[in-house]
Amino acid sequence: MTKDVVVLDYGSGNVRSAVRALERVGASVTLTADPVAALACDGLFVPGVGNFHACMAGLAAAQGPRIIDRRLSGGRPVLGVCVGMQVLFEGSTEPSATPVEGLGEWPGTVERLPAAVVPHMGWSEVEVPSGSALLRGVEHERFYFVHSYAVQHWTLEPSGAFVRVTPKVTWARHGAPFVAAVENGPLAATQFHPEKSGDAGATLLENWVRSL
Amino acid sequence: MPVATRVIACLDVDAGRVVKGVNFENLRDAGDPVELAKVYDAQGVDELTFLDVTASSGNRETTYDVVRRTAEQVFIPLTVGGGVRTVDDVDRLLRAGADKVGVNTAAIARPELIAEIAERFGAQVLVLSADVRRRIGDDGRPTDDFVMTTHGGRTPVDLDAVEWCARAAALGAGEILLNSMDADGTKDGFDLELIRRVRAAVSVPVIASGGAGRVEHFAPAVAAGADAVLAASVFHFGELTVGQVKDALRAAGVVVR
Repeated sequence: MTKDVVVLDYGSGNVRSAVRALERVGASVTLTADPVAALACDGLFVPGVGNFHACMAGLAAAQGPRIIDRRLSGGRPVLGVCVGMQVLFEGSTEPSATPVEGLGEWPGTVERLPAAVVPHMGWSEVEVPSGSALLRGVEHERFYFVHSYAVQHWTLEPSGAFVRVTPKVTWARHGAPFVAAVENGPLAATQFHPEKSGDAGATLLENWVRSL
Repeated sequence: MPVATRVIACLDVDAGRVVKGVNFENLRDAGDPVELAKVYDAQGVDELTFLDVTASSGNRETTYDVVRRTAEQVFIPLTVGGGVRTVDDVDRLLRAGADKVGVNTAAIARPELIAEIAERFGAQVLVLSADVRRRIGDDGRPTDDFVMTTHGGRTPVDLDAVEWCARAAALGAGEILLNSMDADGTKDGFDLELIRRVRAAVSVPVIASGGAGRVEHFAPAVAAGADAVLAASVFHFGELTVGQVKDALRAAGVVVR
């Protein structure tokens, strides 16, 4: 059965590629900011580029936080990409005249990459944990990254309620190791752009769409 | 492993058509930028750059259409430059499906444009396209001083190229497309001194452009500090494939995808 995916349209950069890349792997895709459609779809794709705080503000204006919360409480899948992943953490050190907090779905702060050349722009390898469903079949491929900030410390210890649902964390490196992808039940995210990562990216998106 | 050195193919596009002829076989329409983009994608190119040389602004719609069709069929990053003057121009290109936008002449005329674009869309969308020439000395020979030019290299500007690149990066350019107008078209290799100077002055990625003729030209550009290498005509005319360039880079110890 064809899976319905909504790409959340809240005024963030090039979303056309995300729509087409998802259609290419068989999803029926709608680009919209309509909260009803964003709640009802099988999978919600949350894009995001530019400044963390501007992105978060745009997301908030589109009721994004509420939509994401509601979906997650019902176990309904959400995939955040690039800054769409960063806003799932608690906050960012990226400069802003009007700093705002992130969604805090995961603990951690988005910080500037300590590398000689920033932005990290290009194709990098990733270190995929065993059992990753999202990156199945593309564990040894490179993915396309464009970012200056990233989460460099994963602090969610597998304890208490999380023992049985430990999030799977994929790492990459640019100046320091950073979180490149997270799979956590219905909530998944990538710092890289699967929609711009050629065939490897298509496989990842296909893995996600099939899981919906 | 570090981020892979990118190999970028550039296409000059005029009113929706590739400017120069090509000799790729099996192309339905060798003048269609979308068809060529697919060929380069299949060859393993890491990024594509379209340089829009459309003179008339009335034909801009054709450019947006080409960007749209490319973004719908090729799933690697696409930069579009040429004639970008305002934040609205950037918005339209991003909406059409461009991932990055190159600015050149308009930013020299009004440097605040860089900050405006970076603030609205983020530094990662903004490629400073720098067309650079060596200043001609009193003896009529090229010196080691680099100056900016505008309008496709035709108009020299009294602006030090290395300082301009550093200033543009400080204003919010996420990347420098460094094009040597002296080396461009010579096929004698990249201007390595220019790459070294700009590399030392900025911490954003630097794309080396201009002068590529043979596979052995690419590794020295990387050694000089380039994060990416760009070529147009050698790919366009089928003299080199992206794969050959990557093999040569790999053989020289450069990490490629």
